[in-house]
Formats: sequence, structure tokens, C-alpha cells
Amino acid sequence: MSVNQSGWRPEMGDASQATQTTFTGNRALMLEEALIFEIGSNETTGVDIDDAPKAASRLGNHARKGAIGLPGLSEPEAVRHYTRLSRQNYAIDLGLFPLGSCTMKHNPRLNERMARLPGFADLHPLGPIDTVQGALELIHQLAHWLVTLTNMDSVAMSPKAGAHGELCGILAIKAALEKRGEGHRKTILVPESAHGTNPATAAFAGFTVKAIPATAEGRIDTQALKDRLGPDVAGVMITNPNTCGLFERDLKEISDAVHAAGGYVYCDGANFNAIVGRVRPGDLGVDAMHINLHKTFSTPHGGGGPGSGPVVFSKALTPFAPLPFVEQQDGRFVLVEEETAGEHHADSFGRMVAFHGQMGMFTRALSYILSHGADGLKQVSEDAVLNANYVLRSLDDTLDAPFGGSGPCMHEALFSDANLAEGFSTLDVAKGLIDEGYHPMTVYFPLVVHGAMLVEPTETESKAALDQFIGALKSVGERAKAGDQALKSAPHFAPRRRLDETLAARKPVLAWKDSVVPVAEAAE
Amino acid sequence: MRYLPLTPTDRADMLSVIGADSIDALFVDVPESARLDGPVPGLPNHASELAVERHLSALAAKNVAAGSVPFFLGCGAYRHHVPASVDHLIQRGEYLTAYTPYQPEIAQGTLQMLFEFQSQVARLLGCDVANASMYDGSTACWEAVTMARRVTRKAKAVFSGGVHPHYVSVAKTMAKYTGDVLTTALPVLDAATDDDAVIAGIDADTSCVVVQYPDILGRIPDLRRIADAAHAAKALLIAVVTEPVALGAIEAPGNLGADIVVGEGQSLGVGLQFGGPYVGLFACSEKLVRQMPGRLCGETVDAEGKRGFVLTLSTREQHIRREKATSNICTNSGLCALAFSIHLTLLGEKGLRKLAEVNHAKACAAADRLAQVPGVQLVNESFFNEFTLKLPTEARPVVRELADRGVLAGVSLGRLYPGEDTLGNGLVVAVTETVTEEDIEALATALTEVLA
Repeated sequence: MSVNQSGWRPEMGDASQATQTTFTGNRALMLEEALIFEIGSNETTGVDIDDAPKAASRLGNHARKGAIGLPGLSEPEAVRHYTRLSRQNYAIDLGLFPLGSCTMKHNPRLNERMARLPGFADLHPLGPIDTVQGALELIHQLAHWLVTLTNMDSVAMSPKAGAHGELCGILAIKAALEKRGEGHRKTILVPESAHGTNPATAAFAGFTVKAIPATAEGRIDTQALKDRLGPDVAGVMITNPNTCGLFERDLKEISDAVHAAGGYVYCDGANFNAIVGRVRPGDLGVDAMHINLHKTFSTPHGGGGPGSGPVVFSKALTPFAPLPFVEQQDGRFVLVEEETAGEHHADSFGRMVAFHGQMGMFTRALSYILSHGADGLKQVSEDAVLNANYVLRSLDDTLDAPFGGSGPCMHEALFSDANLAEGFSTLDVAKGLIDEGYHPMTVYFPLVVHGAMLVEPTETESKAALDQFIGALKSVGERAKAGDQALKSAPHFAPRRRLDETLAARKPVLAWKDSVVPVAEAAE
Repeated sequence: MRYLPLTPTDRADMLSVIGADSIDALFVDVPESARLDGPVPGLPNHASELAVERHLSALAAKNVAAGSVPFFLGCGAYRHHVPASVDHLIQRGEYLTAYTPYQPEIAQGTLQMLFEFQSQVARLLGCDVANASMYDGSTACWEAVTMARRVTRKAKAVFSGGVHPHYVSVAKTMAKYTGDVLTTALPVLDAATDDDAVIAGIDADTSCVVVQYPDILGRIPDLRRIADAAHAAKALLIAVVTEPVALGAIEAPGNLGADIVVGEGQSLGVGLQFGGPYVGLFACSEKLVRQMPGRLCGETVDAEGKRGFVLTLSTREQHIRREKATSNICTNSGLCALAFSIHLTLLGEKGLRKLAEVNHAKACAAADRLAQVPGVQLVNESFFNEFTLKLPTEARPVVRELADRGVLAGVSLGRLYPGEDTLGNGLVVAVTETVTEEDIEALATALTEVLA
């Protein structure tokens, strides 16, 4: 069955041939935009700064000689530059963003307003403690929610993103082992389907990574994992639900076995969105888990950050959690830092970051959590899982679903390139989706599936939005199965055609090299 | 439940397409012992937008916002005026709600912005190339130390006593687990920076020297001299900049021989935000780029020959190299990098230089006025917009007392170096363009009264 709602026909040929060139290079609302270095000048500024009485310089002999080479734009030019550039981006605000494992859900604007309250946004991290009581209370409240939702013992709030949270968990495990005199445990077991950050984190902390195979149904090979446990194993890093979109049924059994063998269980919480409010990782024997506030709790991804990755800990690892953290003492909130750690927290592995973490993200996340409440968060995970299963079952007759027989999926649906025509790849499907007006799904991840396509619709999509997406992916999938050559050169309608990534890597151009125009002084 | 579009009818229809008789059937793989019957116990249910706004506004009202009082705090986070258009632009959904630009054909907005950001940062810091951002200055600093280890194949880092103590603390935490050897020192309340001690600490095993510029007390070290000494021992110089506005007035570290320059970019565009999110700056010379951590955006062409931008050199990164990656960083500070870049574009060369000049002039005026307070001594000879005062008594209680009088006077060294008696009387005062003459007078008056 071929569904083509676009009106596009293969015989129309390459879209670019049908497009007349324009003087500007623009195509109506698709606007080209030059670099600030090409349109700005070193004589222009968009900021008026009040004068200050001149003073004799105290810069010593350190004053800057020569031009910096920075272009300036007036305010109207700057607003236009960044607005025009923004229109070359896809975003959740424009449509469904089905990136598996990334949880691109709607970002509520209330959260933005709350984070900008001067009492939070205009607050210095080293302000006297009595002047920041509301901020500490907010951190304390969010911590309470995170600990309760996960049924864990404590939470470290300072990690800056998911990978930083992984590092936090792994360092706590290392500190706990050293305290026990078992610093010789140097192996971390990681399933083949893990996020790339897992092995990178373990290696960064000085561990050796050993891969654990997956079963044919897409879950950890529990027996293989148990067989690998021993006196050299520090712990395991497991993602649950896993990156194939499946719940690891045996996690409790695995946790018990790891604990019995003297190791710890780290859970990658990137996929917590599937179970928040419905399943508590603490009930599954997890010792540490990071929570991506920018995934599960809706803080915006911002084109690549900032994130925030608080880590919840079991009782066994709590003493080793990093500094600083917030405590309530006699109705007053205090910050436990290096100075007071000795009495309160002697085994802490130390500080991971300057100051206290991503306050701006905490405010947004708490705003989201309070909005949903315990009942709403349960509905979040249910709708996320329902939407993903709806996508899976609506498309498994078009695309190969390698684990479609392994039971329901959780929050994401996994497909492979198995039934595409000879010479057609997952990349072609992805680029075809771009022409249909969608950001592609996660592609070529997890590595355990050939040509993986991982679709995570999230709970903030309506049924109508899902139906249109399913229709689009069916159409592109059918074209890839039929060997439609036009797909090989997609996208045809995006601001750019396929970009030459080989050239970019072979001859890296990573910065603007010429001077700013007009040149008043030599820029370099 | 205003963020959830599905209706009960939708849910029923979808379950029938799936062939499941209830939502519980989709959670069948969760072991029974871990299934909850209802919402997580002990937590409140959903709330209206108005109710949430009331709750959070009440918490915000318990804090003393910097803009509401005379304010002089710095030490790694600075209050600058951010033009209104910056916050407007970063809230455009196309930036705010986009992902990391892995599909470049529909992410040229973010990619071109990152290329511009990298170019601005490289020029500001005086280096060939900069990456697309790190979490913050402290983590960028540690990443630079590990990069120096990879480049030099040596593992001893010499930290100047002028490096922010939180940055040192982060490095100490990490070094416990990576085997790097760190030598660190406390700052000395003196006009001279510890350049001589740092140089004396360099030996054949040294991979890098880490120097903050200006340093934690606001003093400006002689980077050129330290760079020469480091290079003679085949070690790298890592310069740490916590106040990028300073580079509108003082020479860029890259132009003084620094091999890697890292920094905290919060001053431009980002705001104080009680410590985060901030934006880490990371720049180095072209020949070291393949050892760099983090994402890089590069120029290329598309199939029609049009200029475009992509993430590149990703064979350094975790999603390709896994355990052999240069760093585990994935999500960085994209939106803060955008705010930084827009603010710097609005300033331009001319605006940044003027901003730096005004900061310096106001700091000079404040230093002179505060040095007249009986018993107070100005420690610095050189400074940009931040300097250290030596009070006749312990500074920490003085700061608290001044806060009670409605003046946020600065950061006491007792807060940053608890238990270090030699530093307890130090007070670090930052003076940016946001400080008025009245603010300076208010601080001087209140300080006089408290010390009397």
C-alpha cells in the first residue's frame, strides 16, 4: 500500500531542477542568511553603554594590543539575523520530533516564565545563605519529588547533564568500593545496546568496559551477565527501559545477582519518561540513576543543551554522593559544602562542578512536576507508552520491527532496515521524512539492530499528529521498499540538500578566518 | 492535564489498534512486585498554571535578587546587563525546542550560530579554534587538564593558587580517580600573583600549568612568562578566564602563549541563575584540535554546492568512539552559547571594548573609595573589574551583617576557603557596569559603620 499525501510524483524529477533561481538565493520564505562576519562591522554596536568617569588604568602592562576582530550588529540587524537563522531549524514547536531516547516532548512556557523570576534568575550562587533561602527551598522540594518518584534514598543535584550524572554515579560506586577496600574491582559491565556515554563515562573514571550481549528478543542476556560477575566486577550500567524500547524484566534479578557478587547497579535513566509515576527504580534494586530533567521533566533541549542530570542514590551509595547539597536544619535551609562536609558527609567523593548545579533547569522541572502532580505523571508515562505502541503496531506491516514479537514496547518503537530495497538505507528513510516536514527518528542506534530507526513520539502528541506522522513514514517506507531513486537524493525541500560531511572532516574549517568588514585595523 | 492531548476516546481507539485490552497490558513486562496500583503515594496531584505560578513566585520572593540592592558579588559569576533582545531571541521555539543538530539539513540555524559562536570565542580568547561549548568553566578546566595529558603523555598538572577554588576542587575530585597528579596552592593576600611559585613548580613530568587570568583575587598574572617556562619543559599552559568581559581590555591568553584557553562564558548573555546553567568556553591551537573534547561545528557544502554547516570531527566523541572518546560529554550548553553569541554580536568589537572600559573605570572608582574606609586595605595593584580588600577583621560575618543592611558586599574568602586563617580577612569585590555611584557610596558607608 502506498500512501502519498504530498502530491509528489517521482516523474516530477529532482525538485531543484523545477525551481527557478532567484537573485538573492532566497526562495520566498526560505531565506538565506550570511554570517555575522560578512554582515557585521567592527564599527557597529547594538548596545548603548553609559559612560563612566575615566580613571588611570590599573591593568598594569596587560592592556590588549590590536583588534579582537569581532563583528557588531545594530539591534534591528541582530534581531533579523537570528530570526532568519532560526527559521532554518526544525523544533518541537513546529512538529512531532520522534528522536528515540531523546524525549522531545513539549516544553511548557510557564516553566520559562518561572525560571525568569528575578528571585531565581538574578541570584548569585555565592550570595549569603539567608538571602537565598527560597532557592535552596526550591532545590529541596525538587529533590524530595525525585527521591519519592524513584523510591531512592537521596539525590545529588549538581550534575550538569546526563553524561555528567553517569560520571557522578560511577564515581560514587568507585568511592564505595574503595571504602570497602575493594578498589581492585575495575570492570564495569555494559550491555551492547547502551548509549555511547556509558562506556565513555566508565573509561573516563578509569574502569575497563566489558560488553554483555543481548538476547534475540532485545533484552540483556541475563545468564551471560551472571556468568561474567566476579571479584573484578565493580558494577553494571543498565538502561531501563532499554534502548530497544523494552522493559528489562529481569532487572531485579540482575540487581540481586550483582549485589550478591559485591557490585553495584547503575541505571541510565535517560528513558525514565516511560515509567515515571508508575514504576520506581528503587523497587528494582538500582543503586544509582541519573534523571535527565531535559528529557523526562520537559526542560528545553535548546539545540544541544543545557541539560541537567541529578542522580538518585540507594542507601548503600548515599554516603558517597558529591558536594554540595541542600539540607534543612531547624526550619532553615543550608548548603553543605566542603567546610561542613566533614561532620555531615565524611565519605563524599567531592565536588563535580563549581556552584550548585543547573538552578535554571531545577525551576523549570519543578514547575513541570507540580503542574502534572503524581496523577499527571502517571498519565504521562501511560500516554508515552500508548503512543509508542500505536506507532509500532501501525507501522510494523511496512517496516521491519525486529523486536515486535517481544511484547509491548515502552516509550519508543524500534525498526530496522531489513526490508528496504537493495541499495536503500535507513539514512534515505530519514532524509525522506525531512521532505515530509518531520525531523527524522534516531538512526543507526542502538547498534544491536542493523540500520536502526528508533521512534519516540512522547506523550505530548495528539492522535491526529501521530496519524499524520504514521502516514508519512509509511509513504517514505514504501518508497524505500520500492526502490524509488528520488529518495536517494532527499531531502529536496529543506534549506540545504545533503551536506558533505567527509569534506568537513577532511579539511576542517572550524572558524571564520577572514577579517571583519570593513577593516579599520588589521584583525589578526 | 493541559500538556496531554489524548482524549479518553483516543486512548480507547488506540488500544484497540494495538490489540491491548487496557493500558496495564502495555506494562506487562514490569515485574508485579514493582507495579504501583495508583499514583506514587505521598505526593500531591496536578495543579493549575495559576497555582504553580503562586507557589514558585512565593519561593522566589524569599530570595534577595541582585538587582534589588547594591550588589558586588563576583568570583566566577558576574552580573552584567543583558540586552532585552537576547532573551527574546533565545526563546524562539526554533532555538529553544530544537535538539542537537544531528540532521544538518534542518538545523542550519543552530549550526551556523555555533560556527559563529566558535569563531567569536576563538577570537576573544586569541586561539585558532573553539568548540561548541562545555557545561561551564569548572568542567572545561578539568577537561583541559585531561587533554594536556593526552597531548603531552604526562600526567602532572601544576595549578596556580589564583585558580577559583571550586575549579580546583573539581579537578581534585576527578584526579582521585584518573591518576593525574595535581599540585595546588592557596592564594596569598598580596599584590603579587604567584607566577614565581608556579614556574618553580614546573618540572620534566609536568603536563600543564593552570593559571587563572585575572585570578580569583582579581590580579592579572604574567602569562607570557609562565608560558615560556612551561614550554621550556614541554608542558602546556592552560589559561582560565572566568570573566570574558575582561578580554575587551586585557590581552587574550592565546596571544600570550597559552596553548589551551578555557573559560566561563556566563557574563555574556546568560545571567547569574544561582550558578547554572552556564556555558563553558574551550579553545586551543589548530594542531591540538583532534584531542579536543566536545562538539565541533565545521563548514562544508551541500549537494548543490551551497555553503552549509555540520557537526564534524566526531570520531573524537562518545557516540562514535565509546570508551575511547576524548570525553563523555554529550549534551552541552547550546542555548547558553546562543545567548553568549547574540550578546557578543550586539556588542561587537566597539561595544565590548566600551563595556570593558566602563567596568574597569567603575572598579577603579570603587577601589579608591573603599580603600578610604578606615582599616581597609586594597590588596591589588593590577585588576580589571574585581579586586580584593583586606579588612581589619574576619570578612565573612561582615558580609552577613552588610546583607542585613541591604548591601550584597562581595564574596568573603572565608566562604571560598573555609578554615584558612591567612585568607579570612579577604573580601573580593566585583564592580560591573550595573553598579552605580550610589551603590558604591552605600557599600562604603555601610562598611564604615560595620567596621566601626
